[in-house]
Amino acid sequence: MLRTRKGRRLAVVLLCLMGLGTAAGLTLLAFSDNLVFFVTPGDLADKPQPAGRMLRLGGLVETGSVTRARNDGKPVARFRVTDGRAAVDVEFAGILPDLFREGQGVVTLGMLRPDGSFLASEVLAKHDETYMPPEVAEALKKSGQWKPESGAAPPAGNWNTLNPRKSGG
Amino acid sequence: MGAVDSSSSSPVARSLHRFANPGRFLRISGRVLPFVAIPALVLTLGGLAWGLFFAPADYQQGDAVRIIYIHVPSAWLASGGYLALAVCAVLSLVWRHPLADLAAVEIGPVGAAFTALCLATGSLWGKPMWGAWWVWDARLTSVLVLFFLYLGHIALVRAFDDPTRGYRAGAILALVGVVNLPVIKFSVDWWNTLHQPATLSVSGAPSMHVDMLWPLLVCILGFSLGFAAIVMARLRAAVMERRIRGLLLAGAQGA
Repeated sequence: MLRTRKGRRLAVVLLCLMGLGTAAGLTLLAFSDNLVFFVTPGDLADKPQPAGRMLRLGGLVETGSVTRARNDGKPVARFRVTDGRAAVDVEFAGILPDLFREGQGVVTLGMLRPDGSFLASEVLAKHDETYMPPEVAEALKKSGQWKPESGAAPPAGNWNTLNPRKSGG
Repeated sequence: MGAVDSSSSSPVARSLHRFANPGRFLRISGRVLPFVAIPALVLTLGGLAWGLFFAPADYQQGDAVRIIYIHVPSAWLASGGYLALAVCAVLSLVWRHPLADLAAVEIGPVGAAFTALCLATGSLWGKPMWGAWWVWDARLTSVLVLFFLYLGHIALVRAFDDPTRGYRAGAILALVGVVNLPVIKFSVDWWNTLHQPATLSVSGAPSMHVDMLWPLLVCILGFSLGFAAIVMARLRAAVMERRIRGLLLAGAQGA
């Protein structure tokens, strides 16, 4: 391979790519703590953060935890964000995104208060990679295959060819 | 050069150099182009009409989901186009393939346009669903870096008086930027992101109902053929342009 000029050029290109790939991989690995968009309640339990520092907290809105109130005419929502390992109380004054609901993923920006609860100044809704027509979702819920409160949809193989009109669901 | 470079008689090199001949490229691509461009137009328009008007809405995103039929194909071409650019870079650096140089110059702006389309549709989709036009999560940021790589390549290949030096510099930039492609692909798996993980995968069932999947696949195919047709047409124009310049130069020298 190295006997011809082309062979040598190919070897140089491959070597450079390998070196570059390794360097990029090591850099990303070293910075991976900073590359996450948000931390989960479980991360906070492992590595407690000081109160008052801005951070993003993400996870699922715990079922049955949402309460809405009004404070000086502004809507205030209180809910718990969980990742299955731990949960954090969140308070947010403002308008929630349309997709916000119990069992849905959210990313909140704000800071921890001294009592361990989280005061959010921004709430973003996170949706998963599942796409289905409303009738199919209805049929799955009716047949008991999917309990939306318990989180993600069943494995896609179970429903992605389902025809609710034919099966009469 | 000739004695050392006798390796061009190896089968790989020979088949490569058969297509390196610009005259042959013009003949073959002239015949192939309509068979790419017409299906591209039909599939893109058909797929978009199917997706935008006939496919079902999503159970949680409603009609806003329909932007997926533009967002996903353009995202696929943003990455796929860059991969094509990188392949041209290898052909150019290792085999000094003259058509690969021209192809890299022509792929750049088309890939950048699809990347811009991907970013714009993603932003329009993000506002109603997430609640933000833009966030600095790993997926969005790495695609923005891809867009800047395209822009850098477009500028660099045109920045030299001697085009050959521009081709070399552009090829090196394209190859350096290729490390960004796996970062884009796996960003949603490696780090917490606001962007969803992949819906379509090589292994495993797509977590999308077939009534939405089919129009999406038609759109992806239509967009891809459209990308190929645009690049091919641009490349033909570039080859002809270079020929005319050569003829004019020869005429001027002969006079």
